[in-house]
Amino acid sequence: MQASKDTLLWMYEKMVEIRHYEETMATVYLEGKLPPAIQKGLAFDIGSGPVPGEMHLAAGQEPVAVGICAHLKQDDTVVGTHRPHHFALAKGVPINAMTAEMFGKVTGLGKGKGGHMHLFDPVHKFSCSGLIGASLPPACGAGLAAKKMGKDWVAVAFFGEGAANQGAVHESLNLAALWNLPVIFVCEDNKWAISVPKTSATSIEWVADRASAYGMPGIKVAQNDAVAVYEAVAPAIARARAGQGPSLIEVKTDRYLGHFQGDPEVYRPKDEVANLRKNDPIPKLAAQLKNAGQMSEAEDAALVARAKQRVMDAFAYARESAYPAPLEALQHVFA
Amino acid sequence: MTARTLTMAQAIAEAIGQEMERDNTVFVMGEDIGKYGGIFGATGGLLDKFGPERIMDTPISETAFIGTATGAAAAGLRPIAELMFVDFFGVCMDQIYNHLAKNTYMAGGNIKLPVVITTAIGGGYNDAAQHSQCLYATFAHMPGLKVVVPSNAYDAKGLMTQAIRDDNPVMFMYHKGIMGLPWMAYYEGSSNEVPEEAYTIPFGQAKVVRAGDDVTIVTLSQMVQKSLLAAEELAKLGISAEVLDLRTLVPLDRAAVLKSVAKTGRLLVADEDYLGFGLTGEIAAIVAENLDTVALRAPIKRLAVPNVPIPYSRPLEQFVIPQVKGIVEAAQALMKARVAEGVAA
Repeated sequence: MQASKDTLLWMYEKMVEIRHYEETMATVYLEGKLPPAIQKGLAFDIGSGPVPGEMHLAAGQEPVAVGICAHLKQDDTVVGTHRPHHFALAKGVPINAMTAEMFGKVTGLGKGKGGHMHLFDPVHKFSCSGLIGASLPPACGAGLAAKKMGKDWVAVAFFGEGAANQGAVHESLNLAALWNLPVIFVCEDNKWAISVPKTSATSIEWVADRASAYGMPGIKVAQNDAVAVYEAVAPAIARARAGQGPSLIEVKTDRYLGHFQGDPEVYRPKDEVANLRKNDPIPKLAAQLKNAGQMSEAEDAALVARAKQRVMDAFAYARESAYPAPLEALQHVFA
Repeated sequence: MTARTLTMAQAIAEAIGQEMERDNTVFVMGEDIGKYGGIFGATGGLLDKFGPERIMDTPISETAFIGTATGAAAAGLRPIAELMFVDFFGVCMDQIYNHLAKNTYMAGGNIKLPVVITTAIGGGYNDAAQHSQCLYATFAHMPGLKVVVPSNAYDAKGLMTQAIRDDNPVMFMYHKGIMGLPWMAYYEGSSNEVPEEAYTIPFGQAKVVRAGDDVTIVTLSQMVQKSLLAAEELAKLGISAEVLDLRTLVPLDRAAVLKSVAKTGRLLVADEDYLGFGLTGEIAAIVAENLDTVALRAPIKRLAVPNVPIPYSRPLEQFVIPQVKGIVEAAQALMKARVAEGVAA
């Protein structure tokens, strides 16, 4: 399935937005976390600043998010991972409420109770989890619900290559195939499970090869490229929508930043990221659009400016929003 | 209203069936819940009535199907998932307490997860350490799960109907030794008159199942039946015991505990869960925190499984699980005990 001009432009603009979002967050995240603002003797204080806690950014991994989500509608479900921003933005989660959540503000998606690994947007049917491999079971549930309700909705479970050896993953692949659920399982292989390379953790090169063991198609996407992802996954989406069952997709992608911000990355070769960035998928798609006469320089500049403005506005909104009152911690244990 | 005597298993299955008729978003998933009708009979007869689309036998994949229940609930359905034995929570607890129990809170109340997890609890039939635990306090300890622990068929039906209609995750924990199974001894008091019509019992309302003046026995589940037998014995000894069935742990009817203890001045907590850091300590703390309004005549007494795994051998198992005789003796001891005098001015 070839991507239309509109789809290509949407994927490009979304990737620009995601990249700018992650780079902005990388900077903002450091506010208040470095000497001399912190306790003497510390090099970094994870609990300080306007965005405290862990922060897992997805710069470099935009193609897998936009290439899949370009196929989805609002009623389709996406369950993301602990590194969820690219999926959330690509699924249409409101950027302001999402950012406010990371700032712990009352205007956030979860009124400040979830934080960056726990984004819930029932309107756009997006959720994620800080637990590895935990995205698959609830995606099966969304798929089962679609089937029971007679809808052509699909559910996507994203998980990292490091999650591929979790029991939850295997149980879910089997269940989805057994029950013929409209679920697309997407393994996002960024090669690193924190510090452990895939070669040290997984017995085979391609997780997608495991698809046949569960009786479902496996699709391999070897390039970190939005168009390649979009085209490769089209049959899996169509299959799920037609009630023909799940698929397992694996996309090779690149993690430009540390596992989390503040990660000294002692485990990876010094020049790895510089080399990965030579194949940056964003300028690549821009060049492709321009070569095909589908985007002018002026249109590109306007699009980039628009995307960056949305990000700036979101961070401003988050900063200006109020914190919840402490007593609100006692609310919402139950619906 | 027509009532018949039902076993607790029949009452639970009837409640599920009636709710499935009323609401087509209700369905059940679990191991051996279809043709078998649930290992403990909680879904008996439902497959014939509703078919395999709504009474879904699952693979032995508790993480997958409990997580599936969470996802389906988020999408608007009302799943019931059976965890065959509560002891098996070890293979799927991440989906229960990190996801099902927490997602509503982390979403700031923006999502509802109406999932009922039914699960069998309790020992007394020599199934040893991995198939005999109660563990309700473990689930009650962690925020985000309602915890229902019925002691008889009538309550079980009303509480199950309430659980299915609740918009939150509910752990519905039934003791095997009161289900009225044809293959396991049970306390006959647990089978009782159950109306045919659907009805609900609100959560958080403990019930005085036997009124008394001398000692309050706070208890739940199968231990209610044991406590009632103990109360009969105590009456013969001239001791009037009040038996309070908590029925739900989350929410917990603290007022009912305080009211009864204020009346009797003596508290015995009879529990089949582990002693340490558990239900008995919680109930004792509630009373201790309210000694400004509740006067105790004797120190609080706690009966529970000492902090050992449930042993297999019959004399060992019968020793660690509180029995009727132990409840009688504890109540007698309470009648003789006195609180220290002269401490408070």
